[in-house]
Amino acid sequence: MSPTDGQGNAVLRVRGLNKSFGSNTVLRGIDLDVPRGKVVALIGPSGSGKTTILRSLNGLETPDAGTVTVGARGTAGNGANGAGGGAGAVPQLPELTLDFGAKVTPREVAALRDRSAMVFQHYNLFPHMSVLQNIIEGPVRVQRRPRAEAVAEAESLLERVGLLEKKDAHPFELSGGQQQRVGIVRALALKPQLLLFDEPTSALDPELVDDVLVVIKELAEEGWTMVIVTHELAFARQTADEVVFMDGGVVVERGPASQVLRTPREERTQAFVRRLLHEI
Amino acid sequence: MDFNLFWSSLGPMALGALQGTIPLALASFAIGLALALLVAMLRISRNKVANGVGRFYVSVIRGTPLLVQLFVIFYGLPALGVKLDPWPSAIIAFSMNVGGYAAEVIRAAILSVPQGQWEAGHMIGMSRGQTLLRIILPQAARVSVPPLSNTFISLVKDTSLASLILVTEMFRVAQQVAAFSQEFMLLYVEAALIYWVICLILSTAQSQLEKRLDRYVAH
Repeated sequence: MSPTDGQGNAVLRVRGLNKSFGSNTVLRGIDLDVPRGKVVALIGPSGSGKTTILRSLNGLETPDAGTVTVGARGTAGNGANGAGGGAGAVPQLPELTLDFGAKVTPREVAALRDRSAMVFQHYNLFPHMSVLQNIIEGPVRVQRRPRAEAVAEAESLLERVGLLEKKDAHPFELSGGQQQRVGIVRALALKPQLLLFDEPTSALDPELVDDVLVVIKELAEEGWTMVIVTHELAFARQTADEVVFMDGGVVVERGPASQVLRTPREERTQAFVRRLLHEI
Repeated sequence: MDFNLFWSSLGPMALGALQGTIPLALASFAIGLALALLVAMLRISRNKVANGVGRFYVSVIRGTPLLVQLFVIFYGLPALGVKLDPWPSAIIAFSMNVGGYAAEVIRAAILSVPQGQWEAGHMIGMSRGQTLLRIILPQAARVSVPPLSNTFISLVKDTSLASLILVTEMFRVAQQVAAFSQEFMLLYVEAALIYWVICLILSTAQSQLEKRLDRYVAH
């Protein structure tokens, strides 16, 4: 069955993901579905494996077993998904399945990266490039899109996150919150089907967190398909369609955001949510 | 001491520096850097054989005296039927020497760039090679300027060894004038001064370059 079949119309389908680092098993048979235009938040204590899942979806980690399927993308009818600021056409992409049980080729990993883009916890902007260069590097150098077009798109995206006047600045001249918004624009500029956020606000000073969360929330409302690893439970409740709670490399509980975060069924989820909401 | 000799020998010695020492150092450094980049690639490669080759090369170059390397190439190779003139011999020996030392500098500089930069390069779709070229090396370059400047300054002084395989560089001119005039102290101190001036100029150039490359980095 294709992930684009049926009611799910899934952009992402993960089945049986396993991963060990030496004797340390971090993922034990993870399944995950993300329907088109939906936002899934991965929560759980550190070391629960949520970041490893996210990194596997961008080929930055190679699981030992399991499959990752990204649905096909047509030219029309995808809403905002992949369209960035609405400018430019989105290339068609066939369905892609990576079977980590077999050997995954560099070509397959590259195809996965054509479809997903990541926002890093520590931004990982390129310090030797200007904000604009950071954003157009992928579109121009990798996707071979015309420079003028890439610049125009980058500028309109920067304007949306309120950073157009910083386009010629270098990352070190920006605050953490500004750097992370550039990180988000860099990911958007790649026109991915799937946006991945790895604890996008946990390296930020508290007063800068909201600027970044507001941007992510707007993207969710626009219909981008996203997977977000986060510790911001209030944000997850407002933004995510589904919350997946992980512990010890397994999915302990999943469901609608308000259910998992307000009335969790599992004891481990209850303990985790209580601890995070009643922090000193 | 005959100070007239100081001034009259200054011209020929400066010419020796301009026609010998400096081009020899520049050519050897340029070729040596290219070689060093190649060896550094071998050293960071995941391929065990490539890694071993790189490690062996660095070990041989660093473990044997430069003078011996020069002599093997100029006086030794003819026994194997390879007869090279002084200049090519010197350039080959110095380039290979720089290649060994600078390879370790470049390797360390590449490793000093945070892993997250590789990941961001891969995330935007770049291959390993593309990421290295566009993302990692520009950042590694900044880190490696001080140690590579050191390598270059050492090389400028080491070119005096080429006088022993008959390359007419500045120190060989000094030796010839000294042998003729018997004013050893004067001429060798004069040679030392000229090396010092060249190195002072290079040190200034180094700080300018560091300032330029530091423009986009927070302090």
